[in-house]
Amino acid sequence: MSVTVLIPTPLQKLTKNQATIKCDGSSISELLESLEQNCPGIKARLCDEQGELRRFVNFYVNNEDIRFLEGQKTPLQDGDEVSIIPAIAGG
Amino acid sequence: MTQTLTNQSLSSALKALKCKECGAEYELQATHVCEFCFGPLEVSYDFSRLSQPITREGIEAGPNSIWRYRSFLPVETDTPIDVGTGMTPLLKSHRLARQLGLKSLYIKNDAVNMPTLSFKDRVVSVALTRAQELGFSTVSCASTGNLANSTAAIATRAGLDCCVFIPADLEAGKVMGTLIYGPTVMAVQGNYDQVNRLCSEVANTHGWGFVNINLRPYYSEGSKTLGYEVAEQLGWELPDHIVAPLASGSLFTKIYKGFREFVDVGLVNDQAVRFSGAQAEGCSPIAQAYKEGRDFINPVKPNTIAKSIAIGNPADGVYAIDIAKKTNGTIESVTDAEIVEGIKLLAETEGIFTETAGGTTIAVLKKLVEAGKIDPDEKTVVYITGNGLKTQEAVQGYVGQPLTIEPKLGSFERALERSRTLDRLDWQPVLV
Repeated sequence: MSVTVLIPTPLQKLTKNQATIKCDGSSISELLESLEQNCPGIKARLCDEQGELRRFVNFYVNNEDIRFLEGQKTPLQDGDEVSIIPAIAGG
Repeated sequence: MTQTLTNQSLSSALKALKCKECGAEYELQATHVCEFCFGPLEVSYDFSRLSQPITREGIEAGPNSIWRYRSFLPVETDTPIDVGTGMTPLLKSHRLARQLGLKSLYIKNDAVNMPTLSFKDRVVSVALTRAQELGFSTVSCASTGNLANSTAAIATRAGLDCCVFIPADLEAGKVMGTLIYGPTVMAVQGNYDQVNRLCSEVANTHGWGFVNINLRPYYSEGSKTLGYEVAEQLGWELPDHIVAPLASGSLFTKIYKGFREFVDVGLVNDQAVRFSGAQAEGCSPIAQAYKEGRDFINPVKPNTIAKSIAIGNPADGVYAIDIAKKTNGTIESVTDAEIVEGIKLLAETEGIFTETAGGTTIAVLKKLVEAGKIDPDEKTVVYITGNGLKTQEAVQGYVGQPLTIEPKLGSFERALERSRTLDRLDWQPVLV
C-alpha cells in the first residue's frame, strides 16, 4: 500500500530535504510508524508522548482533514496523497 | 537554537522568535512553525534594552498611525511603510448604548481604517515592512477578502509584486477591491481552509513572503495596535471588557498581548480586562469548544454569510479560549439572521456601516447584555473590524427600498406620507 506524503518545510531536515516521500501503511497510525522507520525522529515531532497527533499538526488525506474522517484510524488506499500541514492563521 | 540579532539596534526591542508551546527560540527570519513541536512562533522583545524609555509623551508626539507604537512592533527600520494605517476613531456610544442599556460603551471603528477599510491594514503594514527587511520582492496571502485587499494595496504602494489566493465564492466587493490594485489573483475552488492549506504548500516553493504564513509571527503583531490605541484613546487606561470577533483567534490574543505590554512597560495601570469573543453560528469551532469545555478545536466546514471570519480550522483558537477563560470573559455565537440585525442596529444607531464580522460582534454584544454577562457600568469596548460596503450582498433585501418619485412636489408629498405610514407600522422585511 504505497501513498505519497507531502512533507512541510519544518520537517524536511529529517527527510534529506525531500518535499515528498513514498510510504506504506493502511492507516494514518501505520503511516506514522512507517515514516519513523524511513526518517528517524519524525514521529516525535508530529506526536506527543501518548502517540496522539500534536494539536498544531494537521493531516489531510486527498485534501480532507482527517478530523472529518476517522482521525488516526483513517484508512489509506494505494495511491492516496497525505499532506502534513502546520496550523496557520489568517483571514 | 537560541540566536540573537547580529545587527542589534538600540531603537528596536526585537529579540527572537519563540515557540508559544515549547519555548524554543529561533532567529528572526521568515518562519512560523516550531521545528520541534509544530507550535506557532511568536515575536519576543526586550524593552529594557531600548536606548530611549517608552513614554506617553513620546508616543503622542509620533506619527498619527500605528507607527507611533513602532518600539512595540517587530521591525528594525526607521522608515516603515506608513500609509496612515491605524488611529481610527474610538467613539463613545450614546444611542446604541442606550438601546442596549449600557452606560459606558465604546466603538473602535476600523471600518474606516486606511487604506482598505479593515483592521487588516494594521497587520499588513507591519508584515510588508518586515518583508522588505527580510529581502522579499514578492508578497502573497491566503485571504477571505479583507487581507487580500490590504496586501494588494500596500504592496503596490511599497513597490512589491503581489499574488493573492482567495476562495472563488467571495463577495464581489472584496474581489474588485483586490483586482483594482493589479495583483495576480488566484480564485481557488474551495473554502478558506482549503485555500490556506494550498498556500502553506506553495509558501516555500517560490521564495515569496506569505503574510499569514511564513511572515505570520510579524504580521500578527500588527493587531496589538488595536489594544494600544484603545488604551491611549481612553486616556491611557485599560477598559473593563472588550468584545471582538474571532476568526483564527489571532486578533483576540494580540489585543490581550498589547494591553499586557502597555502594563509591563508602565504606560498604563494594571487592571482586569474581560475578553469576550464573537463567532457566527455557521462557523463557530471556538465557541463550540468553549461551551463544551474542550481545550482543543474540532474543525468545522463553514456555512455562514460572515465569510470574513469563516475559518473552520482556527490556528489560535485554543489561545483565544485560554484568554476568555482566564479573564472571566466568554465566547458566544449568533445566527446569520442575528448578524444582519447586528449590522442594521449599528448602522441605525451609530451611523457605522460594518460588514458581517462587525454584525456578528454587535449581535454577540447584544446577546451578552441580554444574558446579563456585561455589567451596564463596565467600560466596554466593541471592535468593529471591517466595512459594510464590501459585503453588500449580506444586507441586500433587508434594508428597504428608495422611494422612486417624479420630479414634482405632489409626488414627493405622496411618497413622504407613504413612508411615514410605513414607519408608523414599523414596516420592515422579515428574514426567511
